Amino acid sequence: MPIQRREVLTALGTGTLAGLAGCSGMGGGGGEEEPTAGVTGETLTLTTTTSTYDTGLLDEIHGSFEEMYGVTVDAVAQGTGAALESARNGDADVVMVHARGLEDEFMRDGYGVNRRDLMFNDFVIVGPEDDPAGIEGTGSATEALAAIADAEATFVSRGDNSGTHTKELNLWEEAGVDPGGDWYQETGTGMGEALNNATQQGAYTLSDRGTFISQRSEIDLVILVQGPIEDGPEILSNPYGIMAVNPGVHENVNYDLAMAYIGWITSPEAQEAISEYQMNGEQLFFPEAVSEDSDFQQYVPEGWSSESSDA
Amino acid sequence: MPAEPIVQPAAALVEPAVVLTESAVALVDLPFREGYVSSIIYVSLYVSLIAVTLSTLFSVPVAIFLGFTDFPGKGLVKSVINTGMGFPSVVVGLIVLFAVSNQGPLGSLELIFTTEAMIMSQFVLATPPITAISLAAITGVDDDVRDAARVLGGTRLDAALVVLKEARYGIATAILAGFGRAISEVGSVLIVGGNITSADGISKTRTLTTAIQLEARKGQYETAMVLGAVLVALVLAVNAVVVRFGDQGVQR
Repeated sequence: MPIQRREVLTALGTGTLAGLAGCSGMGGGGGEEEPTAGVTGETLTLTTTTSTYDTGLLDEIHGSFEEMYGVTVDAVAQGTGAALESARNGDADVVMVHARGLEDEFMRDGYGVNRRDLMFNDFVIVGPEDDPAGIEGTGSATEALAAIADAEATFVSRGDNSGTHTKELNLWEEAGVDPGGDWYQETGTGMGEALNNATQQGAYTLSDRGTFISQRSEIDLVILVQGPIEDGPEILSNPYGIMAVNPGVHENVNYDLAMAYIGWITSPEAQEAISEYQMNGEQLFFPEAVSEDSDFQQYVPEGWSSESSDA
Repeated sequence: MPAEPIVQPAAALVEPAVVLTESAVALVDLPFREGYVSSIIYVSLYVSLIAVTLSTLFSVPVAIFLGFTDFPGKGLVKSVINTGMGFPSVVVGLIVLFAVSNQGPLGSLELIFTTEAMIMSQFVLATPPITAISLAAITGVDDDVRDAARVLGGTRLDAALVVLKEARYGIATAILAGFGRAISEVGSVLIVGGNITSADGISKTRTLTTAIQLEARKGQYETAMVLGAVLVALVLAVNAVVVRFGDQGVQR
């Protein structure tokens, strides 16, 4: 009996040691980098939307930034609402999103600084080929949505507070329609799932062009209302902005590296790389950070001016 | 005894499992970059095995204590543990997020979007089933066994060890149940881990489950299914190893 007990104790001891080894390994993970000059070895946390990440754009272009500065970029794809929320909590250093209204609120609340226009593509209204609501070729996105609502044709909504969802809600408001009823389905899913869902139900949905192109081969939906890239209405434009998290609010954020990242991604080289990124032979994103003209509105909330009482 | 079956094979298991599944995946033509699948398998196993190990070291002593002592409120403690088995992983994820977020009590440790945060949430998830099932196994041992140990001159500790020995299959099942809950869990590791890979496709906090979730989000259901098959194979392998160790223990 005593011998057996020793065996068991040894086993328990081994287990405890192994567990502790795991702990110390865990603790060491964060403090690995040696104190070297500059930003080398640091990690930049970028929260962003699913459309920039899932299309593969960020993985494609980040290599050159990581090499240039010897850093790591942790890209967290969350959807615009969640990406901004993470940044509000100080859990991100830089945010790349596509919902100007939410970005402006983020800046007004003091969380974001140094906003730049980054790139754009557009939204398209897609649906089944037989087009039960007859919206194909409609020049106005709001009229098309109103027609869908009138016909009570099934419409799949993201319903997830993403940039695309925000745009969709704005469009309904512009169209003067309060969507509801059996035909309007909030799925609470990512764009890819929403497109699959729409295919299965023969439904309409609003999609960003990038995600639609990257999935076109697997879904039976067609573009019925084009966005501004193909001469559609301007209201369907989809601009992406980038902002650093205010180090005055969250002192732990890596502001230096965030600004280095913003500087890099708005540089002619990175903008060129964005324009060269293709999927299924089509360009997904159109850079707009490099311009001869001054565009002061990109730095401040839309409509802000020093004369207004708004601080 | 309880910690042994899972801790020792942990290191030995990771490498061959990765090699095996990597070669299996290579047979199917998948749009993944080199090293991607093996790195997410590694992160999955790393996080779940450490979480389950820590959870076992915590749960089994608690189960022993509960099994051997009577105190007022014991029924309540058991109810709380049993309720914990049904705790939604997303809620656990949110709680851990509040804890490790920059604004939370552990914010200064900068654990958000790291494997450590994922281990924390899986620890919380795996602990209730391991404790509850271990406790059931320990209380299920016939009282005669305990009495016999005491009558034969054993101390209280000796009696406890005898009961533990009798309950070892139940405890192994408890650990496997905890492991199953940890490795198949998607909600909390997605929230606190962030599903991150490096630009060249090597996982930092992406596990098999969050990779499946990503593929599903992109509408790539076939690749999601293949990753699902890898996950099932992995769980099967871990179960087989634990069962084999259990049998060896009996033969000895």
